[in-house]
Amino acid sequence: MAPGLLSAILFATVVAGTPLILTALGELVTEKSGVLNLGAEGIMSVGAVAAFATTIHTGSPLLGVLAGMAAGMAMSALFGFAALTLQANQVASGLALSIFGVGLSAFIGKPYESQTLNSVPPLPIPLLSRLPLLGHALFEQQALVYFSWIMLGLVAWFLYRTRWGLALRAVGETPVAAHAIGYNVLRIRYLATLFGGAMAGIGGAFLSVFYTPLWVEGMVAGRGWISLALVVFATWRPLRVMLGAYLFGGAMITQMFVQGSGLRLDIPAQFLSALPYLATVLVLVLISRNRSTIRLNSPASLGQPFMPDT
Amino acid sequence: MWLRIEPRPEPSRLMRYLSPLLAVALMLTCGMVLFKVLGKSPVEGFKVFFLQPMADRYGVAELFLKATPLMLCAVGLSVGFRGNVWNIGAEGQLLMGALAGGGLALHFPASQSPFLLPAMFVAGALGGMLWAAIPAWLRTRFNANEILTSLMLVYIAELVVSWLVHGPWKDPDGFNFPQTRLFQAKAIIPVLVEGTRVNAALLVAIGALVVGWIFMNRSFLGYQMKVSGQAERAGRYAGFSARRTVWLGMLVGGCCAGLAGVSEVAGPIGQITEHISPGYGFAAMIVAFVGRLEPVGIFFASLLMALLYMGGEQAQQYLSLPYSISKVFQGLLLFFLLGSDVFIHFRLRLVRGRK
Repeated sequence: MAPGLLSAILFATVVAGTPLILTALGELVTEKSGVLNLGAEGIMSVGAVAAFATTIHTGSPLLGVLAGMAAGMAMSALFGFAALTLQANQVASGLALSIFGVGLSAFIGKPYESQTLNSVPPLPIPLLSRLPLLGHALFEQQALVYFSWIMLGLVAWFLYRTRWGLALRAVGETPVAAHAIGYNVLRIRYLATLFGGAMAGIGGAFLSVFYTPLWVEGMVAGRGWISLALVVFATWRPLRVMLGAYLFGGAMITQMFVQGSGLRLDIPAQFLSALPYLATVLVLVLISRNRSTIRLNSPASLGQPFMPDT
Repeated sequence: MWLRIEPRPEPSRLMRYLSPLLAVALMLTCGMVLFKVLGKSPVEGFKVFFLQPMADRYGVAELFLKATPLMLCAVGLSVGFRGNVWNIGAEGQLLMGALAGGGLALHFPASQSPFLLPAMFVAGALGGMLWAAIPAWLRTRFNANEILTSLMLVYIAELVVSWLVHGPWKDPDGFNFPQTRLFQAKAIIPVLVEGTRVNAALLVAIGALVVGWIFMNRSFLGYQMKVSGQAERAGRYAGFSARRTVWLGMLVGGCCAGLAGVSEVAGPIGQITEHISPGYGFAAMIVAFVGRLEPVGIFFASLLMALLYMGGEQAQQYLSLPYSISKVFQGLLLFFLLGSDVFIHFRLRLVRGRK
């Protein structure tokens, strides 16, 4: 394989994996606090359309990303109100958020369907971007790619090296104990949920403003759900989220790989498009088959409501 | 003065049935506000969206036509949901049922047998069950979360449909459109009321509701499902098999969704295309919840959901709003239902003075 092609494939893998890293990192923090938000697909969709519309109207991708983030937070606040304040079933609330978000994004996005954005030029990092092979793939990327790496470090540091990270994990493991020593369980869970929404919103914004860059109904195409699976795959550890996200990113661009390799493979395009979904199923099976892995690593109170003073 | 949520000593039966009505009322209110925000008259919007679709005989028939797949999917899902089996892939199971049943129709283009149509329904049920068996097996054998696997299989089913209608099953005389040949007359479900499109699949759906009612309320197996769903440990101590709950919940859901798929391709569509279902499998989850996981409730909830679909079409035509507005309403309905359900277990109390 030509080095140019390899570099291009690595580049595309990183790009395809970035929205997954962003969304999965947010979901990881949410789940670490004991909240299972299945609404990532809906949040990403609304984030994507909000970012796209804002970028169209203002011409500023930065404002677009901020709008995506804000929309994501608003969506997750809706989930928080149902699942945390009203203590509705978290699985059902998350599904509601996904159905609602996908519908809402299609509704809002209708007028924008035929429009395209100028692609945003990448932000090369001086010197590093000159590295052979990896330079282009890793260091001549969009700012949000670097942002995803920074967030990865920050989340890992926050969860395992700070007092508040400890509190968040405590709330996810044993909310009763965390409550007893004076932490406000609901507030911490709300904040974690909002963080998850913000990250998924940014993930959606990356898709519509930088990746495609356009808006079509259903363009998130299951990436929210795949991000949820990634958190399981990563056994709730931030660094493994990145590994998983790039694996899936690779699965998503196999089409390009097959075309680029010049191999005359008679594979229907649909089969290649199905690979990320097949990979998700496979990965879930591989990780979940060992029950104790899941039991040891998943936050103990995941999905269970907590009501103080009862 | 201060409002406080506090637990009820016992869940309120009244609220259990009042809550869906409250949710519908909230959805309507929210819808009117939405129309207002969009610069349309709320009264006009309400008329177009909720009354106009039912204005004539044909409209009412269309309502039942659209409610048919929803009823089928929802009654199947409700069995699983009762047992806490989260099958959210009914859409994919519907598509596989449509392929299995429709495939039979395409395989016998000249058959005059009266058994062709029943055989298509059987094939559809099996196709749906096969697709649902995958997450059931992955869950019972490998402990893989059925929510994510059943949903991933929806995307895969969509791609299988797309591959077939673009490739092997494409109509050779179809000007390269991604669709199969039209089904022959013997493979089309007979129409119930002359001059409308409502067909005999409605009877299948109502039959499924009746069977579902008997299963849930009169059979020991249904009782086991309910116990396992409401109190997993109690079910385990009583020796009810958790595996069986998963298998049963999934297979019943897949079977009904598969039937729904046949009712579409052998009904109003008459061939296999890339657009078999406008999200019936997902909307059916809302139907199941709004119908309280009970067949009678599901019957009415599916009519309501069908109305939302038709209202969306009307709003597109007469108010020039995107069709997806019906999905917004669907999502809102489920949210409001979950919100209202809080009052089954909790009540609001006015507390005087400071906290």
